[in-house]
Amino acid sequence: MEAFYEWARVLYENTGINLPFIYDSYDRDRMINGFFMTVKLSVTCLFFSVVIGIIGAWLQSSPLKWTRRIVGGYIQIFRNTPPLVQLYFFYFAIGTLLPKVTNEYGGQEPILGGFAWAVISLSFFAGAYNVEIFRSGIEAVPDSTIEAAEALGFSRLHIYKDITLPLAIRVVLPALNNNLVNLVKTTTLAYAIAVPEMLYEANQIWSDNVNVTEMMIFMLLVYFVLVGVLVWGMNRWERALKIPGFGA
Amino acid sequence: MLNILSKKVATAVALGAFALTSLPAHADVIDDIKARGTLIVGVKADYKPYGFRDTSGAIIGIEPELAKDVADKLGVDVEYVPVVSSNRMQFLEQGKVDLMIATMTDKPDRRKVVSIPDPNYYSSGTNIMTPKKFGFKEWEDLRGKPVCGIQGAFYNKKTGRDFGAKIVAFKGTAEVYAALKAGNCVAFVYDDSSHVATLEQPEWADYEMPLPTIDDAPWGLAVKLGETKFHDMMGEMIVGWHKSGRILELETKWGVTNTPFAKEMHEKYK
Repeated sequence: MEAFYEWARVLYENTGINLPFIYDSYDRDRMINGFFMTVKLSVTCLFFSVVIGIIGAWLQSSPLKWTRRIVGGYIQIFRNTPPLVQLYFFYFAIGTLLPKVTNEYGGQEPILGGFAWAVISLSFFAGAYNVEIFRSGIEAVPDSTIEAAEALGFSRLHIYKDITLPLAIRVVLPALNNNLVNLVKTTTLAYAIAVPEMLYEANQIWSDNVNVTEMMIFMLLVYFVLVGVLVWGMNRWERALKIPGFGA
Repeated sequence: MLNILSKKVATAVALGAFALTSLPAHADVIDDIKARGTLIVGVKADYKPYGFRDTSGAIIGIEPELAKDVADKLGVDVEYVPVVSSNRMQFLEQGKVDLMIATMTDKPDRRKVVSIPDPNYYSSGTNIMTPKKFGFKEWEDLRGKPVCGIQGAFYNKKTGRDFGAKIVAFKGTAEVYAALKAGNCVAFVYDDSSHVATLEQPEWADYEMPLPTIDDAPWGLAVKLGETKFHDMMGEMIVGWHKSGRILELETKWGVTNTPFAKEMHEKYK
């Protein structure tokens, strides 16, 4: 490992290609922490946005008029506003209105920090799309299937959980895949509210070392690989879930 | 960026040298000023309290007062031209101003473009602005605590690496002030001269700038390259300001706590 760090230093001295996140231990730690922060933020947001999508799609088919209206309103608000504006709104507007907690050094800090607000904001943002995506899948399940289940005495929740959703998931996977890829890329916006994710750390490093070109290329490659892993996983899942004869 | 800058400086120097050789010898700038009856000075108009506008729009502050001293010495009127960091040296090069006193950090690169007399008249460094209740005394007190900064500022790394603070960096000062007030960070690390101006405002009454200033960098006033007589005169003026305690007096007048640099220079030349 030491030899690799040294190689980056020699590379810089000989060619001027400056990769401080390899040879400088402080910058290396920042970059590694930034990478894991991006992964953590992405995974948390993916999870919550899918949960929101599934629950939202179920509530959308509720027999209660007001439940449907509230879900519809939520989708309109979150889908029709830019995610950066939402982040700023949550962090600077809502965040300051919430009660404060006393931290270990006697200061008053907001109950939710940058990371929590990023998770909330991005999950609801992607969740709004996911609700619509899941709805498209639910509507693709033939009425006759649901009627058959009703005839067998299944409850509404039971039908959704065990019959509609498993079939719907297979239909929505390509669209869901698309949205989740977008979500991972949107996590870079969190740097506006100082969540130390990868782009934020890269920005700090290129400001300190004036190596914008190298950092940009590196960022592009890392995100390409990161999203590639997600897409690969989703495609495998899609194949594994495939029911011969259904949907095709 | 530094490369580009030094290239630009090199070009500017080359062009400047060319211009000097091709122009006929002209009268000394001091003679020009006296003949004109006005000293034209480039100052900041957005950097409270060093150079800013009062409610009537007139430029006032510490640096305009220093410029007035120079005009008085020459026995002429003074005229202020507002400049910003990115164009101040060009104003001087093109002869639009005779003298520039505009919060400029003295750097070797800049000495190649404009003529900066010694000694330096002022200095600023890095410090924090923090609520008084924390009672921070040393930079080490920031270890493990969230400290706000501006994205891309060079002292973020130093504050994070050497003093162990968790840097929470935002795009601009407006976001930082909002975050500081909301308690997202315990302090704001930035130029001490900016803090001085901010802390004067009543809304920041419960905040202070308690730490010893670090990374102190001197400020230089400047005259056009080649104006040796004016350059030497300004050197004497600066020594005079330090000697008489004029800088300390102006700091007090404009509500700035006397800076260590000004005190030290006063001791040195007293």
